[in-house]
Amino acid sequence: MLNISLFRRIVIIGLVVLGLAYAMPNLFYPRVETHNDAVQAIELAGGEASEELAAQRAAWPEWLPSSLVNLGLDLRGGAHLLAEVQVEDVYEQRMDSIWQEVFPVLRESRAVVGTIRKLDTDDGTLQIRVGNTDHIEDAAELIRALAQPVMTITGTGATNFVVSHEGDVITVELSDAEKLATDDRTIQQSLEIIRRRVDEVGTREPTIQRQGEDRILIQVPGLGSADELKALIGTTARLTFQPVVSRTQDADARPGVGNVLYPSMDEEGVYYVLEDTAVVSGEDLVDAQPSFNQNGQPAVNFRFNPHGARLFGDYTSANVGSPFAIVLDEEVISAPRINEAITGGSGIISGAFTVEESNNLAVLLRAGALPAEMTFLEERTIGPELGADSIEAGELASLVAFAGVLLFMGLSYGWFGIIANVALILNVGMIFGLLSAIGATLTLPGIAGIVLTIGMAVDANVLVFERIREETKAGRGPARAIELGYEKALSAIVDANITTFLTAGILFIMGSGPVKGFAVTLGLGIITSVFTAIFVTRLMVVMWFERRRPKTLEV
Amino acid sequence: MRLRLVPQETTWDFFKRSKFTLGFSGLMVLLSVVAFFAIGLNFGIDFRGGTTIRTESVEPVDVGAYRDAIAPLELGDVSITEVFDPNFGPDQNVAMVRIQAQQGDESISVETIQAVEDALKTLDPEITFPSVESVGPKVSGELVMTAIYAVLAAIGTVLIYIWLRFEWQFSVGAVAALIHDVVLTIGVFSVLQIQFDLATIAALLTIVGYSLNDTVVVFDRVRENLRRYKKMDLREVLNLSINETLSRTMMTSVTTLIALIALFALGGDVIRGFVFAMIWGVVVGTYSSVFVASALLLRLGVKRDWSKPDGGAGTQFADVDA
Repeated sequence: MLNISLFRRIVIIGLVVLGLAYAMPNLFYPRVETHNDAVQAIELAGGEASEELAAQRAAWPEWLPSSLVNLGLDLRGGAHLLAEVQVEDVYEQRMDSIWQEVFPVLRESRAVVGTIRKLDTDDGTLQIRVGNTDHIEDAAELIRALAQPVMTITGTGATNFVVSHEGDVITVELSDAEKLATDDRTIQQSLEIIRRRVDEVGTREPTIQRQGEDRILIQVPGLGSADELKALIGTTARLTFQPVVSRTQDADARPGVGNVLYPSMDEEGVYYVLEDTAVVSGEDLVDAQPSFNQNGQPAVNFRFNPHGARLFGDYTSANVGSPFAIVLDEEVISAPRINEAITGGSGIISGAFTVEESNNLAVLLRAGALPAEMTFLEERTIGPELGADSIEAGELASLVAFAGVLLFMGLSYGWFGIIANVALILNVGMIFGLLSAIGATLTLPGIAGIVLTIGMAVDANVLVFERIREETKAGRGPARAIELGYEKALSAIVDANITTFLTAGILFIMGSGPVKGFAVTLGLGIITSVFTAIFVTRLMVVMWFERRRPKTLEV
Repeated sequence: MRLRLVPQETTWDFFKRSKFTLGFSGLMVLLSVVAFFAIGLNFGIDFRGGTTIRTESVEPVDVGAYRDAIAPLELGDVSITEVFDPNFGPDQNVAMVRIQAQQGDESISVETIQAVEDALKTLDPEITFPSVESVGPKVSGELVMTAIYAVLAAIGTVLIYIWLRFEWQFSVGAVAALIHDVVLTIGVFSVLQIQFDLATIAALLTIVGYSLNDTVVVFDRVRENLRRYKKMDLREVLNLSINETLSRTMMTSVTTLIALIALFALGGDVIRGFVFAMIWGVVVGTYSSVFVASALLLRLGVKRDWSKPDGGAGTQFADVDA
């Protein structure tokens, strides 16, 4: 049936126009980009627009679509990192705090369990040697009583740690359920902190996402190199204020029970013995800003929250005259003497910083410490020039491919070829429209996907046209030939495209980065090309046919 | 006058030499497997781990001098290749420096990259490094597995889909053609030592998709003709179907090739390997949908009479039940 109802016509034309409208901002990429940036900046500023921002916002009319195709790192340039979070780091910290609970309980029962001593371990377990092995089960029972239930989906009754004993040693270990929960929390925290740190640097549209169990993918467009990014997110940035016991030049000095030995950050060969328990830590900071100390050297100003301020005030007023250390990631930044009680809740960290270092330190302190260390499994830096070259090459190649296919189709199918060509142009426009609308990322393989689509998109039309040719040859009249052509080609079009779509889907699920970008454009290309072939060209053919009513078909 | 790639009406017999063509395909598959094991693939860092640094300079690239400059750093296997591309300006000289994976799970250290860059800068202070990519051995091992799974998953899905839509004989024919295409592509990559990386896997899957596209169009017509000409010999039905779809097959292959060749020539060196794989795949895929998929279908036979249970299929080979 060659009749297409008016309603359907409107829907088909409407969808095409909508697709093209979404694609259109990409023709004015820089202008729309400044507009979008300005809108975002104004929103951040609470709706207040400076004159410059307002002008930038006005560069693109508000009522037009303004979503753009995101350019992938390989086109825009930038840094890509795949980090693995050492989730086991956190187990040790958990064990330390469990020890803090266990120790007083066991000490109270010393009459029964005998002397107790914590053994050094580095596998995330807590091992305690008990003096009286006869009552070791009692001791284990005392520890077990401290365990708390963990909420899990699979089983109730799981506790946060499990206790076992062998000989005279009791081993406390996090339960599997607790490990899972802890890992999850560690990753979530790391994600959040990385996000804050990257946002502080203020680059556009960073991608920060969890990958698999314990990995985080970070992509920051426009950043100079992966090294810079590593420096920004690779530091744990755990800041603590710890009482100083003594200062030494001996790297092998024994710090003694409850103390630690940390090197000085800028004095070679100087070490400090510190009390292990921090007075205040970076978690109690509310703000940190780069500044200069009274000697004009770069420094960092910080401010505590009320809790931190009280702890710090109490400690400093009780210890006037003695030194305390400012420690960052197990290195002593400085160890000033407390001249007077510091009750205001703010202070200044000075060390041998450059201006840049003090800036970075302030960023890191504001964003907070990472719960665990990270190792970097994959890193890529793509320079913006290389990206620009790739875009340019991709554009040229697409245009040439376009011209070649258009010419070839015109020569092969005449008037019908021209209809297919119009459909092809609409098709590519709609791919861009869809890419913009769903906020997909265009990568270099993605451009290849579009070029491939240019070549393959005509396939559905070719199938139809060949079929119309055959039907005409078989002696059918024009209307019947067109009708049968579309009807009979449909199953081939659908089967052929579903299979290709399936492989695109697999690529999307399994691939990463650029490959995923390719899968997206290929998949969208299949959708739009089937849509244009089945609906758009058909509508065009039918409208042409209604007007001309040709006696014979020239396919 | 219209441009026609094939005559209006063709009645070519595509199975006259089917022993020869199937044998030829089998031989090519065998040679590809031999090449894969004897020569091996030139794996990129995605699959092998390691670091690539792209250099760009005004001075011409002197591979020997680069090698000498980096040698004292003792980084193990270092390969340096100059890159040529028609898009490069006259003062644009590009090379790729590839360093093998270092110890441990991690990607390369900042210091090592810095050391290599410094060493190259002593040769040419103006040299720049437009891209640096580093993949640790842990990740690359996983990427290899993911890639293998992806290709297997694609082939498996196709097998099931075609089986659902057609008959199992079609499914076997289509998948044999796919495996043929994938193996031949791997073969050409090992013979020509083109870098084989994640993008190549994407290309492989696209080839799977494209080749299937072709095969399905032919099969769709076979299915239709089988219903229409109930008494016709299977061989004739296949020949008729291929002849009828031949014009479309050629049209689509040519338009796709036009687009791909434009991309190959002008798309830049970064994706040239990727595009090459696809061009190869289109050619091989078009060939295999006729000479592998359909030829196998002819040998396997098809259930013709829908009222009876299986049996009495087109050829004597139909007794071979799988």
